[in-house]
Amino acid sequence: MAETKNLKVKEKHELQNSAEQTKPGLVFTPDVDIFESETDLTLLADMPGVTSDSITIDLNGGILTLTGDVKPWENADEKDVLVEFEIGKYYRQFTLSEIIDQEKIEAKLENGVLRLTLPKAEKARPRQITVTAE
Amino acid sequence: MYARKLYNYPGFSSMNPFNEFERLKRQMDALSGTFHQGMPEHRILSAGVFPLLNLTENKDNYYIRAELPGIKAENMGIQIVDKTLTISGERKIPEEGDKITYHRREREAGKFSRAISLPGEIDSDKIEAQMRDGLLIVTIPKAEAAKPKQIAVN
Repeated sequence: MAETKNLKVKEKHELQNSAEQTKPGLVFTPDVDIFESETDLTLLADMPGVTSDSITIDLNGGILTLTGDVKPWENADEKDVLVEFEIGKYYRQFTLSEIIDQEKIEAKLENGVLRLTLPKAEKARPRQITVTAE
Repeated sequence: MYARKLYNYPGFSSMNPFNEFERLKRQMDALSGTFHQGMPEHRILSAGVFPLLNLTENKDNYYIRAELPGIKAENMGIQIVDKTLTISGERKIPEEGDKITYHRREREAGKFSRAISLPGEIDSDKIEAQMRDGLLIVTIPKAEAAKPKQIAVN
């Protein structure tokens, strides 16, 4: 196996060019991995600070929307000494090209990582077509 | 501070003329598309080492917070030597099997080690660290001698 590389600092990406938010505050786009197997589409998103009751996953008309709220984590009497990163909400949207079996969507949040399993609908799964010669 | 903007204290922004300037600057940057291309003045005092840390204090403790999603507590270590705290560990992203194809791969795995010097005397025996929802919180009690004391005026 290749040598483990060192993690580099990655700026959090602030959301750009979307509809204005009703609540003030910063909004970031979470980093995601998306991969596909024959049966499912899986999405992994890094959303540190988000809890299972502050996350919303919405699939509507082929558009998947992820929203995560981060609660204020500082006690009121704390003063900043060094601030290297900012906190805010998470928001990201994807257009899904596959037909998803909405009933069977599974979501799991563990250590600030969301794992969303979107099973493909039966008719969207690849099928082997055999060509028969006459 | 940027972290404060989340809670947007009303009335505060109108008092500070620099906020208006900051807003204008952000808009200009967004227009020219250079907003995210590593503008050094946007990031305040970043050491450029993973993970980025926020350090706060109250009268009893220092608090260090870092966003470390997907890192288990057992893959992480915290060391203290004198006033320098080192946070190191490894982020592992497990293989998902061979029969998959990736559409996006933005999350990264790797090792990290970051040292931070605390500005005051501390009680290194009572440091506590916990991981919660991908956030690391280290509570470092200040040394008795470094805590502020109330002096009564007679």
